[in-house]
Amino acid sequence: MNDLHHVSLAEMARQLRERRLGAVEVATHFQQRAAQHLAGPNAHGDNTGAFLAVDAEVTQAQAQAAQARLDAGQGGPLEGVPIAHKDIFVTRDFPTTAGSRMLEGYRSPFDATVVNRLAQAGMVALGKLNCDEFAMGSANENSAYGVSRNPWDLQRVPGGSSGGSAAAVAAGLTPAATGTDTGGSIRQPASFCGITGIKPTYGRASRYGMIAYASSLDQAGPMARSAEDCALLLSAMCGPDPDRDSTSLDVPAEDFRLRLNDSLQGLRIGLPAQFWGDGLADDVRAAIDQALAELKQLGAVVVPVQLPRTELSIPVYYILAPAEASSNLSRFDGVKFGHRAADPVDLLDLYRRTRSEGFGEEVQRRIMIGTYVLSHGYYDAYYLQAQKIRRMIASDFQQAFTQCDVIAGPVAPTVAWALGEKSADPLASYLADIYTLPASLAGLPGMSVPCGLGAGGMPVGMQLIGNYLQESRLLNVAHQLQRQTDWHQQRPALASKEVA
Amino acid sequence: MSLQPDDIRRIASLARLSLSSYQSERMLGQLNGFFDLVEQMRAVDTQGIEPLAHPVAAMQDIALRLREDLASEPNNREANQRSAPAVEQGLFLVPRVIE
Repeated sequence: MNDLHHVSLAEMARQLRERRLGAVEVATHFQQRAAQHLAGPNAHGDNTGAFLAVDAEVTQAQAQAAQARLDAGQGGPLEGVPIAHKDIFVTRDFPTTAGSRMLEGYRSPFDATVVNRLAQAGMVALGKLNCDEFAMGSANENSAYGVSRNPWDLQRVPGGSSGGSAAAVAAGLTPAATGTDTGGSIRQPASFCGITGIKPTYGRASRYGMIAYASSLDQAGPMARSAEDCALLLSAMCGPDPDRDSTSLDVPAEDFRLRLNDSLQGLRIGLPAQFWGDGLADDVRAAIDQALAELKQLGAVVVPVQLPRTELSIPVYYILAPAEASSNLSRFDGVKFGHRAADPVDLLDLYRRTRSEGFGEEVQRRIMIGTYVLSHGYYDAYYLQAQKIRRMIASDFQQAFTQCDVIAGPVAPTVAWALGEKSADPLASYLADIYTLPASLAGLPGMSVPCGLGAGGMPVGMQLIGNYLQESRLLNVAHQLQRQTDWHQQRPALASKEVA
Repeated sequence: MSLQPDDIRRIASLARLSLSSYQSERMLGQLNGFFDLVEQMRAVDTQGIEPLAHPVAAMQDIALRLREDLASEPNNREANQRSAPAVEQGLFLVPRVIE
């Protein structure tokens, strides 16, 4: 069967359970595709550079074990379905680098909780996916192992930081991927690559084993081709992890498929005025308008709402996230794991050269910003002030949710940009995060849903934001839209290519 | 207010980073560009607003979770040290600290 990579995840799980498909056959199909997309200096041709590591033996062994469980009539809800993990999640069976030289060759002694939960659900791991170094970036150009490319146009970025995850799903290298979202890192690449991705409420999915960037913002979520597939994955990923993650919410695991088919009659969709300003490209605006028109056909009504501090979310985020990063990344000191500079003369020399050799430019920049805003004399003016505005931003959302059930808007101001276009100017890339940062700061669930193609035939995503713990409502809206439209079924030409 | 070369040296030292003079100069320009963007934030009136550290605290009371002070992990020293740069007899090696 050559078109396995066009089969939905839900359908694949069903066929595996009914033993019309074999887990080894499925794994082999995707392994062959993934192996053609390894990142590195030699990546060329149709290579998206989406994968950082694969291991044929590990994947085959997991597939055989899954098949044995299927044969015995056991098996979890996703038994035998392949998945690949963003390289931010630590894994015992594959190397983990976080896209950094600092962790070249690192092997974790344990699996992240999210990786573990998906394995418990029966999923077979294909390997690890490219990302911006320590998840810091919006274009996947900050990976120490080479860029990942957008399968819709290999001269464009896939978005970031979960760029490899989005590229791999869009190119049909895996039916699903994990991602992490600190300021938009699931939603923006999902939008750029024309797939569906959801960041749940902060604390829904365990952060244990997710290499920490900004702990009060980091959240894991699934990236796949449809809302239904994401609902299945999210159900397996979430749940309390009280002994391992002190910020994990005490909210029971949920079956996020249960409300997929609810009617949208009377649904109030809030459109924040600040999301439709001058910065928004016409092609993106037009695509989202189309999607909103479809939702109105389904009985939804749109209401104007205000998120007055949207623009402030950029400085607030880029103070708070680097502050937390500078603290989290202090663990990389060349002693317990990771890179160590050669022939240090003393301990200080060891620390300083190890860190400057191991960290890339963007990571060092954020460590510098974070160190500065936390330093004596500046803490109140920057860090504390940002935390106060963070509360105001969260309150603005609560105000908006008195008038609407979900919020809709763009994920990013434009479609995916050209490789190298913003890499020389970090500020330009920070500014492009404007629509995803507010929900991140407030800890709210958000998702990206494909809604057509914009300039250059590049995908556009619509962002949906829900109130706390309202993931099933978001998935419901997305699923109903996907029943009416085929935007999520559109695939780049590269996804139809057979492997050599 | 803008950062001076001395500030970059001081911050890099606090952050345990070693920047070349080229990198320091570049960093200075980029950080000053960034802090221009931050100015709008400093002007916001936040009097009486409590800082928000855990985002879900905006929704419900978040209590620091405590657990019994019991050993829950088995000894896993060998696996834990497998990726260490230098280890001897179960100890992490660092350059001599006391002469």
